[in-house]
Amino acid sequence: MKYSIEDLIKQINFLADGAGDIAIMEVCGTHTASIRKFGIMSILPENIKMVSGPGCPVCVTSQEDISAAVAIADREGVIFTCFGDMMRVPCDSTSLYSLFEKGRDVRLVTSPMDAKKIAQENPEKQVVYFGIGFETTAPHTAALVEEADKEKIKNLSVLNSHKTMPSAIKHLLQADSKISALLCPGHVASIIGADAFSFVPDILHLPAAVAGFDAYEILAAILRILDMIHSNKTQCINMYPKAVTKNGNRKALELLYQVMEPDDALWRGLGNIPESGLKFREYYEEFDARYRFEIPKNKASDANGCVCAHILRGKKIPTQCIHFGKDCTPDNPVGPCMVSAEGSCAAYYRYRE
Amino acid sequence: MDDKIMLAHGSGGEKYRELVKEIFLPAYSNEFLNPLNDSAILTGGEKIAMTTDSYVVKPLFFPGGDIGSLAVSGTVNDLAVSGAYPKYISVGMILEAGLSMSTLSKIVDSIARTAKEAGVQIVTGDTKVIENRGSSDGIFINTAGIGIFPKGRAVPQQKIEVGDRIIISGYAASHGMAVMAKREDLGFLPPILSDAAPLGDLTAAVLNNKNHIINAMRDPTRGGVAATLCEWVTTDTDIILYDNSVPVRPDVSAACSLLGLDPLFIANEGIILLCVPESCAESVLTSLKSNKHGEYARIIGEVRKGNAAVKAVTEFGSYRRIMMPSGELLPRIC
Amino acid sequence: MCLAVPGKITDINGTDAKVDYNGVSKYASLRLVEKAAIGDIVLVHAGFIIEILDKDDGEELQKLIDETMRLIK
Ligand code: SF4
Repeated sequence: MKYSIEDLIKQINFLADGAGDIAIMEVCGTHTASIRKFGIMSILPENIKMVSGPGCPVCVTSQEDISAAVAIADREGVIFTCFGDMMRVPCDSTSLYSLFEKGRDVRLVTSPMDAKKIAQENPEKQVVYFGIGFETTAPHTAALVEEADKEKIKNLSVLNSHKTMPSAIKHLLQADSKISALLCPGHVASIIGADAFSFVPDILHLPAAVAGFDAYEILAAILRILDMIHSNKTQCINMYPKAVTKNGNRKALELLYQVMEPDDALWRGLGNIPESGLKFREYYEEFDARYRFEIPKNKASDANGCVCAHILRGKKIPTQCIHFGKDCTPDNPVGPCMVSAEGSCAAYYRYRE
Repeated sequence: MDDKIMLAHGSGGEKYRELVKEIFLPAYSNEFLNPLNDSAILTGGEKIAMTTDSYVVKPLFFPGGDIGSLAVSGTVNDLAVSGAYPKYISVGMILEAGLSMSTLSKIVDSIARTAKEAGVQIVTGDTKVIENRGSSDGIFINTAGIGIFPKGRAVPQQKIEVGDRIIISGYAASHGMAVMAKREDLGFLPPILSDAAPLGDLTAAVLNNKNHIINAMRDPTRGGVAATLCEWVTTDTDIILYDNSVPVRPDVSAACSLLGLDPLFIANEGIILLCVPESCAESVLTSLKSNKHGEYARIIGEVRKGNAAVKAVTEFGSYRRIMMPSGELLPRIC
Repeated sequence: MCLAVPGKITDINGTDAKVDYNGVSKYASLRLVEKAAIGDIVLVHAGFIIEILDKDDGEELQKLIDETMRLIK
């Protein structure tokens, strides 16, 4: 490698000097976690701040979706499957995890395909997969449903809470001007392509860099952003060329849009955002858990006094919440930002100063 | 305090500590219990060490071990890190009706084998059977252990000092990851092996050298290396961890990144952590390496003046705080 | 989100590939990629290969960094 990590840090300092306050929003939860883990904040110049955006899928899942999940998982004859983090999100006074403690069959999976296997092994049970995440997990769910349809697996359905990234960022940043640049999510970009983020310079007039996930890759992207700010350019530069192409992964996108189509979606803290979600196309409707099960329409409320909504918008930091570190801890989360290791509150709590 | 017991109360993090401090300690308080060390050091004739632990691990069998070998190793290791020489253990079992006899004998064999390896004798026991609650693998084991202090042996004070070096005796996270991979059926090939083992010989190798001063010694079980360091750090010290120096087996490291878990927070049962003055750090390392369980021992950090922070420092000079783990460890996938 | 990890394909079995991550392997689905072969370095996320990685070993990234270094004194 031509440049060492120290070279990058040196040049970051050089470009940041005298540049005024710069707030870079990282929209991906794994970026949030990596930035904390590598202590990136501790070596950035004072005037460069990283702000966490809405990229933790657990944190943005609406209370309504979670109460639907709990309602389904609490039924006799159901095996409910989901990713690990999702289990501890509180919903009124319960959570998927407390249903598991009570003896309900809630299982954690590491791939949607695990749900298919479980369905095949338990033909007498209804197996439900909780589909969360952005373009990096939605094609997987599409593949699951497409295969289940082909193989005529009748006891499998999906509680679909998938979301798409670009429309949410657009919505969020149009309403908020405190952000100076965007660190774009590398893995989302590997599916949708770097060009999908060209709206950031074109419409939002902000510089953007697609970034990988190790300390070197993150610093390289931050450096590139500072360079654009320094030379007054607004572009979207792909700083993760190893994994990201201009147009993304066509095959994954084709499969995704064969099974699903854009729809409005409810984001925790951000409300309803047009065209930012995905729903099953009519042909695949029977695999929709909302279609298969009757889900009581109880109006679940966002947790009391939890300011996740403002945190997701980059308007508050976790320590400004009255619950933070007192009655809201990773052991006893009050709000979703404390649940996932990627959530801003959990990250602040784990690595708090 | 919560009004109900939750699984998190058993996970060794903040909730567990709360339970001990608010329920057990006030009720049982006495001079032997209160230091809350791995074993109590008792008097009355010769000095002895005593400890007890219960095992409720699911699955009962995992690559590299089972609930029986664990029940022996865990108790033996608690004695060993207190500086004692493990001698006797008791085995109490609670069995659920319906448990297959062959499962039971497999576990009993494993208990016997591990006790032999550890050089301890099983001197008393108890068995109760409870009604079946719907599982076919209901067995819970409690072991208590007694250890003695051979003449002239240094007893770790369990108190760290500025300038000390932190030493790890081997790969971190292997045991916890092996159990998790099996329990959650994560499909790793080849399966990840637990390194759980009785470590009395390993600690003896260190303690039998009269020139060694051991300020603290622990087996970093639940909560992993992070929890032990957070317990050690005092109000006027910092522990600085050299981030990339903590040895993690390549397969375990890969599994951790696939699941989004930090190896520092994962349970161990085959390694110990030591805190020793710089002057004898090299010699302690040599002693550890003379034992088969200490082959990969290395220095991973140091104690500095500070204010109760555990910090991991990266090669390029950034750092992050390491906090007492909290919440159940669940694989994070996205 | 998107915890994707690079690994190497060591075997292909229908629509699944055996991917090795430094000594531990796990099967991942090939459903989301066009053409993958044994020996490819791939990015795996939640049980699916989502991208085949470039083998240029970061050269391109070095070039991109290069462009920001012109200002150095
Ligand atoms: S600290 Fe807890 S209650 Fe407060 S914003 Fe974060 S998650 Fe919500």
